[in-house]
Amino acid sequence: MSAIAIRDVRKTYGKTEVIHGVSLDIEDGEFIVIVGPSGCGKSTLLRMVAGLETITAGTIDIGGRVVNQLEPRERDIAMVFQNYALYPHMSVYNNMAYGLKIAGFSKADIQARVEKAAAMLQLQDFLDRKPRQLSGGQRQRVAMGRAVVRDPAVFLFDEPLSNLDAKLRVQMRLEIKRLQQSVGTTALYVTHDQVEAMTLADRLVVMHDGIAEQIDTPLAVYERPATTFVAGFIGSPAMNMLPAEACGADGLKLANGEIVKPSEAPLPEAGRQVTLGVRPEHLEPASESAAELMLEVSAVETLGADTLAHGHLIGVSNGDGELVARLPGNAKVNAGDRLPLAIEPGMAHLFDAESGKRLGKDASGARPFRSKASASAEA
Amino acid sequence: MVEKRGVGTVLTHVALILGIGLLCFPLYLTFVGSTHTSRDVLSVPMPLLPGDQMVRNYTVALTSGVGVGVAKMLANSMVMALGIAVGKIAISMLSAYAIVYFRFPFRMAAFWAIFMTLMLPVEVRIVPTFEVVASLNMLNSYTGLILPLIASATATFLFRQFFLTVPDELVEAARVDGAGPMRFFKDILLPLSRTNMAALFVILFIYGWNQYLWPLLITTRGDMNTIVMGLGQMIPSADDYGDWPVTMAAATLAIVPPVAVVIFMQRLFIKGLVESEK
Repeated sequence: MSAIAIRDVRKTYGKTEVIHGVSLDIEDGEFIVIVGPSGCGKSTLLRMVAGLETITAGTIDIGGRVVNQLEPRERDIAMVFQNYALYPHMSVYNNMAYGLKIAGFSKADIQARVEKAAAMLQLQDFLDRKPRQLSGGQRQRVAMGRAVVRDPAVFLFDEPLSNLDAKLRVQMRLEIKRLQQSVGTTALYVTHDQVEAMTLADRLVVMHDGIAEQIDTPLAVYERPATTFVAGFIGSPAMNMLPAEACGADGLKLANGEIVKPSEAPLPEAGRQVTLGVRPEHLEPASESAAELMLEVSAVETLGADTLAHGHLIGVSNGDGELVARLPGNAKVNAGDRLPLAIEPGMAHLFDAESGKRLGKDASGARPFRSKASASAEA
Repeated sequence: MVEKRGVGTVLTHVALILGIGLLCFPLYLTFVGSTHTSRDVLSVPMPLLPGDQMVRNYTVALTSGVGVGVAKMLANSMVMALGIAVGKIAISMLSAYAIVYFRFPFRMAAFWAIFMTLMLPVEVRIVPTFEVVASLNMLNSYTGLILPLIASATATFLFRQFFLTVPDELVEAARVDGAGPMRFFKDILLPLSRTNMAALFVILFIYGWNQYLWPLLITTRGDMNTIVMGLGQMIPSADDYGDWPVTMAAATLAIVPPVAVVIFMQRLFIKGLVESEK
């Protein structure tokens, strides 16, 4: 039985529908991350699970109980907020104990639970302090402690790391993961940060404009994005999207007239407008003869481990030919160079130009392209 | 901070001392006046140093005064000022809580109705208010003194503004923790409003203490007089010489409670006015 079952949930504000029917089943103990750009409805969805927003249509089921009409406190959830939402006038101890006090736990029980959570989060020395005397990371830990002590069926995290600096974020990310694994509680985590999403999630929900575009494991989302939006959102730098036209068995005609030859069925029927997606890391330097794409480099970013070559397809000066290639750190590339590139075998993605949906029955990872460059891969 | 040196420092201090002197001299004069005999006070020039009649004058003032003893009037004033301050804070906090946190029909209408009464000082509505209080048989009672002055648009507005600065997440966290509306108010909002309440208490206590017109209207018995109106009656009129030293003593006594409130609540008062973190 699933810990949470979300069934065709919709949310309407006035006449605008902001969530257009999301369905999701979450297994017990699973760590689900909802990721998407701001305004995609991810926080609204989380708040509906929490009971802080009403559900316009559909049902949410937590632990086998439909909770649509229940108050947050009756849903057996705990939530960690973006700005921590600690009670400023209460000590750390009281912050963590408050929910238990209301729930009517005995003093001894409260103390045992708070101390256990504090030990888990290394907060033992701060129990008497007020939230304003703590650093950002410590406050975050108190907020997590407040969730842990209640031993709920579900943890809800609403962008809990976005107020922290970059270094602390990485550290807290690991702590959250470790904590969730050690207590084994189901977690629903909202973020706009794809690195957080990829590293934390057992399964990802990529949301866009109120729709769950793809629900899958992080690796599957990366390897087989279901739509152009998911393809562009997950991965950094973003996937290159080249408009192309299918010309039957010959392959795909790019905007500059060049033809990229696909190998395997199913090929889109001739004349169909498609989008060819290739991740920057799946473009590799090739010899002139083996090149599938010719890049005119306009800018180079040296990151040490990698070198990013930005530019456009030769012969395409408008935005349709924009391309980024991630090359090895020692690659010698300069702005103005012509760079012959090949697509790594099997690493191209094909989407319908109009709907943005992935083409081909490759849910299991079938690879629609054979690369001509497989023969030579020297720079 | 602007830093000044040399002549600048001297000048600012001279100006400050002059200003303080100007403000304090009448108070000093009142005090001096309360320590002499009636004859000395009325002689020209008036003595500028304290005399030896202090104990006698204050004893007379406290016990018999001109009509009623100052002690009784001080007590009346204290009850009225405390009642007004506490009542106003309680009522305006609750109404602000309702307006900010609950969605009910005519919520904004209620807010604007309260806000509009800001424009109507006590004096404007004093005749109808008197009529109501008189009909309810509340003349010459503490209830009558306090109740009509308790509703406060200013305080409601101040609390509303403060409640609006309390982050929504705090309300939500409390809801997730299982706190209902009353619990949230008692456990979260009330402690957070502490400094605001203190600042308002100081302002409202002094407001209540200084009420003159209203007590004058609704108290007809001497033993319900407040100190401020009592002072007015102690000032001799027409061809009466009066007892100036006793009047001065009463005046000195009358300013002690407000000053004490300000001094004791100064720290919280300032914090409540300047605090913006949260």
